[in-house]
Formats: sequence, C-alpha cells, structure tokens
Amino acid sequence: MEFYVDIQKKFQGFKLDVQLKSQYDIIGILGASGSGKSMLLRCISGLVKPDKGKIIINGKTFFDSDKKINLSMRDRKVGFLFQNYALFPNMTIEENIAFGLDKLPKQDRKHKVAGLLEKYHLENIEKRFPAQISGGQQQRVALARAVAYEPDILLLDEPFSALDVHLRNHMMREMSESLKEFQGMTLFVTHNREEAYRLCDHIAVFNAGKVEVFGEKNELFQRPASLETAKITGCKNIAKAIRLTENTIDVPSWGIQIKTSMKIKHENGYVGIRANHLKIVADDTKENCYKAFIADESDGPFRISLYLKIGSKPEKLDDFHIQCEMSKEQRETIKNRTETLYLYMNPEHVFFCL
Amino acid sequence: MNTINFDLSPAWISIKVTLTATTIIFFIGLATAWRMTNYKGKWKGLIDGILTLPLVLPPTVAGFAILLLIGKNGPIGNFLEIFGVNIIFSWYAAVIAAIVVAFPLMYKTSMGAFEQIDSNILSAARTLGASEWKVFWRVAVPVAWPGIAAATALTFARCLGEFGATLMVAGSIPGKTETIPIAIYFATQGGEMQVALIWVLIIFAISLTVIVFMNYWNSYKTKQRFGAGE
Repeated sequence: MEFYVDIQKKFQGFKLDVQLKSQYDIIGILGASGSGKSMLLRCISGLVKPDKGKIIINGKTFFDSDKKINLSMRDRKVGFLFQNYALFPNMTIEENIAFGLDKLPKQDRKHKVAGLLEKYHLENIEKRFPAQISGGQQQRVALARAVAYEPDILLLDEPFSALDVHLRNHMMREMSESLKEFQGMTLFVTHNREEAYRLCDHIAVFNAGKVEVFGEKNELFQRPASLETAKITGCKNIAKAIRLTENTIDVPSWGIQIKTSMKIKHENGYVGIRANHLKIVADDTKENCYKAFIADESDGPFRISLYLKIGSKPEKLDDFHIQCEMSKEQRETIKNRTETLYLYMNPEHVFFCL
Repeated sequence: MNTINFDLSPAWISIKVTLTATTIIFFIGLATAWRMTNYKGKWKGLIDGILTLPLVLPPTVAGFAILLLIGKNGPIGNFLEIFGVNIIFSWYAAVIAAIVVAFPLMYKTSMGAFEQIDSNILSAARTLGASEWKVFWRVAVPVAWPGIAAATALTFARCLGEFGATLMVAGSIPGKTETIPIAIYFATQGGEMQVALIWVLIIFAISLTVIVFMNYWNSYKTKQRFGAGE
C-alpha cells in the first residue's frame, strides 16, 4: 500500500496545500470544518482538479500536473462514502449495490450482491428503496455499494455525522470490522477526535488547508507537537509558556512554574494539560501542586467540569485559568465551594508545544 | 333543429402533430437541459436566454422566423427545394411550429428538475465507473422524473393548443393542416358556434386527461419509492 499526495489548490480565498505520504492501511484526517479536509477527498476522487501536484495511490497515478495526467472519476477506482450516503433513490437496495458491477456476467453479479447483502445484514430489505430503511442501514448499503466495486482506496467523508448518538457507537464498531477486512486503503475524514481515535491508528491533523502533523494516534493525543494539534485533539488547558530549564517552564498567565518530564528545547511555546489529567489533592507539599479556587462548574450527565483560578479567589464566574474534569463521586469530596483546593499536575501529562 | 356538418379530421391532425412534436421535444429538450445543467461557462446566461426566448415572444414572431428559414426563399427551404420537398403548408410545418414554441417549456422545467438533484448522487455514480450515458439514463432522468413528467405534460398541452405560429406556417387547409385550435377559430369566425363548442369540449377533455393521468402516475411512482417504511 502506498499513498502519495502532494497537491495545491486555490479557491475562494482559501488555499489547500497538502503533502501526505503513508504506507498505512487506514489514515484518519482530523480537522475542524473548513480546514480543507473534504476538499482533499474531492481532489483524490477526481471531483475537483488540483491546480498543481501529484496524486499516486498504490502505484497508480491519478493526477500529475507535470505529466498532464488527470484520470476521470470513473477510471480512478475510488470508493466514496458521502456524508449523506448519496444512495440512488430510484433503485432498490439490491440495485444500488449492483450499480458498479455492470461488467460482471449476470450470474457472478447476483452471487456477489447476495454475498454483500448477507455480510452487511441487509438480506431482508434488498427489495426496498433507500427512503424506506433506517440511517444505519443506509450507511451499510453505501459501504456495500462502494466495496462491491473493489476500489483501491476508500474515502469516508464524515460517515457518522448523520446518525443518532447511540447508533453512531454501534456503526463505528461495525465500520471498524469492515475496514479491517477491506483489501485496500482507507482515508477517513472527520472533525470528531473520538471517531478518529477509535477507527484509525495514524492520524493527520488538518488546519487551514495544511497537514499540521501526521503521526501515531497516541503520540498525537498525549504529546501534541503544535498548538493547533493540541486544540483539535481536545486539550482545554493551553497557555503561553517560557522555558526556564530543561524540565521547568514558567506560565505567566497562570502565575506558576511547572515541572515537566519531557525535555524542553525551545524558548517560547505553549503548555498544555488535559482536563481529565488534573487531580485534586490534599495539600501542596509535593511539586507541581498549586492552590486553586472554584470560579464556576458545569454539570454533565456523568462527569463534572470545574473552572479553577490558580493562586487567588476569583471575582466572577468567568475569572478562571484552568478546567478540570472529574467524576461525580470525586466532586462530592469537596464540601465547600469556596474552600481552597490543591491542584496537582502530573509532569508526565504536561506537554510543551509550539 | 338543424344538423351540423361535423368533420373529425382536425382531431386526428392535432393528435398526430402534438404526439410527434412532444416526442421530438422530449429528447431534444432533455438533452439540452442536461447539457446546460452541466455547463458552467460564461456563455450560460446568453445561451439560456436564446433557448428560452420563444416562451416570451408572441407566437407570430416565432412563426415569422420559421417562415424566413423554411419558406421558399429561406436557406433551409431553398435547400429542400432541390429535392422537390416543400414543408410550408404541410403538417410538418405544424410540427416545426409546435416544436419551436413548446421547446422552452420542456427545457426550462426539466433543467429545474436536474438542478435539484443532489450532486453527490451523480458523483457517486461516476466513482462507481458509470459512463455519462449511464449517469444520465439510469440516475439523472429517473431521479428528476417527477419534474420531467410535469415538463412533458406542459409541453404536450402547449403543442396541442398551438395556434399563432401554426396558422402562419401551416395555414388552415381542411383535412391537411387544420388543427383543433384553428378549427375553433374559423368555426367561430363563420358563426358555427356549435361546432366551435364541440371542439372546445374535446380539447378541454384531452388536456385535462393528460395532466390528471400524469399526476396520478407520478404520485404512484413516488409512493413506490418513498411510501411504506418510516
């Protein structure tokens, strides 16, 4: 498997400039809406022609501006799973899946469609029309239709965004199974970090039309290398930081100094620690412990977020430095909302980025 | 009570002309609408204007233009004369008049239907290896079908009712080019009010039948696709 994309495309005050090389089966593309990740899929599938560059998938050149190669959509063998699934409303489920199989002899086509109907649990609804089945079933049909065509690369464009939350979890597990069986490459585009983390081992973070970082998912989530990566992977506590020594940084806006286990190489950057990595402890005798006061709190169904101000008492609700997440049981150990708390930042979890 | 001398030939001529013209318009109109839907160039506004023009011009202007083209001294008329063919004042001329006048209805209405199609559906078909021909006949036309059916019904009704341009290019030769609307006009002019009334009722019945049939057929198709379930 080989994936090579190096393209540029300008449109309406936005510039897509992507270099991405990979050998992995599944690549996640994580980015906020408007970061250009869908445009990348459109360029790969041939819907949109890049201004310049190269797209080579598995040794097949889809696009090369120097050699004037630009394969048409039908010659690329790309499976595109659209956000709204784009099923043909005038065809039954069976006909939808068989759409790309015209070249097969009738008997083989029947056999193949039957196999896919069974594999994707669609046996009893094959004569229905797309409008008559549920969202989860529609997604399965769309996937079966794309896979039937045996594409070299499968492009998934926010496939879960049209589903209810409970269905989403279920479909994510199903999708994960299907992708493992799929004999090709998959590009999975999403703005949801949880989906990206669960489905892909390697993730490319997109920001303003560029690949910010591309790497192994745990590395990416635990030690984000850039401010944008920290934000998009969901880190809520980020502040400007200055290097003091190899393992200490000064955070002026929080008014504290923090020890880190990672080595600091640059003078200026940002410090980050995730809300669920912060701990409330009994006292501040250990290092990386700070006095803090509750400014506000918000109640979720299972977990609670505390908004804390470090060092002094807050004057109003939005006067806080840091957000800390805990279970409801832990929250109950704090009796008085105005009492002094001690906040512990584990040096292992504190990261420094640029 | 005096018996009326009733000649049925205008009915047959009208039906012959209308069906021929509607069939031709159906294909040309759909093809043009599809091409224009996919055409994004700078001439779109101008081309669309020219194609829509006969809809807003008086039919007599269309008739005049057709005469210029296919009349004895027109370029097409001249060319056809070499083979000894004369279209003017034949039922072919009536067909041409109907095509020119009713074409914009088919073109405009079905283009509206094509533009409503979710572009992802068409892209999905293309990524699945479909040729443009297959995308058009297997996806675009069936998906846009309710709009196309409406366009066809409107076109049919317009062809059936065509008067001004037809009279100018095909005249009113009884048994040859006299269609129902023309028969109504001359019957009224000649004071044969009963004859005119019968034709009015006949044209009323045909138009209503066609449009009602289209409506029911459409809702049957839609029900088949979207009914049950949910």
